[in-house]
Amino acid sequence: MSNNEPVKSTGLHIGDAKPGVAKKDPILVADHVTRSFGGLTAVDVEHLEVPRGAITALIGPNGAGKTTFFNLLTGFDTPNTGEMHFDGKSVRGMRSHQIAKLGQVRTFQLTKALSLLTVLENMKLGAGNQLGEGILKSLIPSIWRKQEAEIEERAIELLNRFKLSEKKDDFAASLSGGQRKLLEMARALMTNPSLVMLDEPMAGVNPALTESLLGHVLDLKKEGMTVLFVEHDMHMVRHIADWVVVMAEGKIVAEGPPDSVMEEQAVIDAYLGSHQETDLGVVTGRVDASEGGEKQ
Amino acid sequence: MDWIQILSNTAESILSPVTFAFVLASLGLALHFGFAGLLNFGIAGFMAIGAYGYALSILRFGFPWWAGILVSIAAAIVFAILLGAPTLRLRGDYLAIVTIAAAEIARLLFLTNTFDDFTGSASGLFGYHNSFREANPLPDGFYGLGPFSYSSTDWWVRIVGLSLLIVVIWLLWALTRSPWGRVLKGIREDEDAVKALGKNVYAYKMQALIIGGVFGALGGVVYALPSAINPTVYVTSLTFFIWTALLLGGAATVFGPVLGSIIFWVLQAFLTNVLPALTQDGAILEGLTSQQGSTLRFILVGIGLMLIVIYRPQGIRGDKRELTFVK
Ligand SMILES: Nc1ncnc2c1ncn2[C@@H]1O[C@H](COP(=O)(O)OP(=O)(O)OP(=O)(O)O)[C@@H](O)[C@H]1O
Ligand SMILES: [Mg+2]
Repeated sequence: MSNNEPVKSTGLHIGDAKPGVAKKDPILVADHVTRSFGGLTAVDVEHLEVPRGAITALIGPNGAGKTTFFNLLTGFDTPNTGEMHFDGKSVRGMRSHQIAKLGQVRTFQLTKALSLLTVLENMKLGAGNQLGEGILKSLIPSIWRKQEAEIEERAIELLNRFKLSEKKDDFAASLSGGQRKLLEMARALMTNPSLVMLDEPMAGVNPALTESLLGHVLDLKKEGMTVLFVEHDMHMVRHIADWVVVMAEGKIVAEGPPDSVMEEQAVIDAYLGSHQETDLGVVTGRVDASEGGEKQ
Repeated sequence: MDWIQILSNTAESILSPVTFAFVLASLGLALHFGFAGLLNFGIAGFMAIGAYGYALSILRFGFPWWAGILVSIAAAIVFAILLGAPTLRLRGDYLAIVTIAAAEIARLLFLTNTFDDFTGSASGLFGYHNSFREANPLPDGFYGLGPFSYSSTDWWVRIVGLSLLIVVIWLLWALTRSPWGRVLKGIREDEDAVKALGKNVYAYKMQALIIGGVFGALGGVVYALPSAINPTVYVTSLTFFIWTALLLGGAATVFGPVLGSIIFWVLQAFLTNVLPALTQDGAILEGLTSQQGSTLRFILVGIGLMLIVIYRPQGIRGDKRELTFVK
């Protein structure tokens, strides 16, 4: 996958690439979304559109509000003000599981593997609309056995792709940190999402695995999914993102295609600093704060 | 020391209604805690509601015995919803606090003199077994083998208790091996992850609380079936005995609670019989009164519980691999 350069989607926006620029076909739209914790305004997003069918990166320094913004978009937290639309539907006030059911799935910065479920069970849990998950139908296996077999087949296919199939009968607790990231992402894909939101998918993943993970993310786009991911690894951002949104202190300070957005003064000031000319991957990748959180 | 008598009394506890009641209640707790991760410290309250629901609907409303059981089930459902509605969206410890308090409130309501005409307050309830005994298909007489010889009435109690037990074991087994059970186990591990996958975590937790609570109430019914209700039974220590039985057998298993409850009562019966005997002249515990000897069993049970939690926290039937992962 890494041998041939990924095909970048271009022409996603209408007009100049500036914060809040309109997109031709936005899948996710946020308006006036704010969230404060006590005196601190963690998120203050005036307007943001996420283009459909493309890979969008959300970058910004530690504490910029990226995770908080993710939480607001996915219903894990409630904004103080603002409106959010997913696929044209208002999701404000919806509970997280309702939003997830619309086809918007997320992963967490601190990986959430379900430790005392096996890897395969983790995967199967991801599948939506399971007949056997209804309390009455669950009692009669003949109702759900066929669907269960299909789900298992799909799960094993995905596990193969993520190189986890040998671990399928082990407890997820026995996986390494990087493997858990992979499992969480694979499990998210079991929901057949239209928008995949990844919070630092590369943190704690070794360079060899990074390549295959990049490949997986690019595959998602090929399959027609939209990806929105938070990442500190500028190498990855440059390599796979079609669009980059930069956050600082809760606000969107810049957005645009990766190559041009990283030239902008606001981005350099807020995030990249003066090391831009040297290897960005080394300077900004593998941020200690996120790795420390990873191990817990 | 009369070993035959001691062993016979011990064996008898295997088929006693109290053991059945413990099995039922600990199966309810297994669903709550072992599978859904819900901390219910009010299982005694569910049992009290089951017992009183059964007896009161017969005594005060003239219901037949089977309708009394249905009333108990309905009451447990209402109780579970009352407890769960305000707490299940909050952190797990809130449910723990609310359940322990609600169980005490329920017990004190049954105990208070204010409702003496209705609940019988401190003297409890009795004389509600006519309809149950009339339904007994067994001809009068005395049946059985060795320690397991009972009158036809006693057999009828055991048959009904055992039937309820089998239904509940099947239900728990069928539920927990299904995709529904998988969601529940996911919630136990991390409910946010399960929410992110589009499952209505609150609804699942509520369903689990209700079903486990109904199991507990059925335990209360079986406790009350033979003859009478004594309000001093449904105290907080009953809750902790049930927890002991559950942890002994293995919380996240179906047969663990069954085994744990039986072992708990066999051990109790054995110690109750053997300890007073050991206080006789010339025996090890000479110098203690027989009552003191008998009380020793609680100390031994406490030590036993500590040993389990330290050396085998997953219980007898639990998966050994779980031990490797301390959260
Ligand atoms: N629950 C909370 N209570 C109080 N403050 C919070 C809470 N969650 C986040 N914050 C604050 O909001 C700000 C944004 O945090 P957030 O986690 O969104 O940052 P981030 O952009 O994801 O950073 P990182 O790159 O380090 O993951 C931080 O200053 C943080 O301290
Ligand atoms: Mg973050």
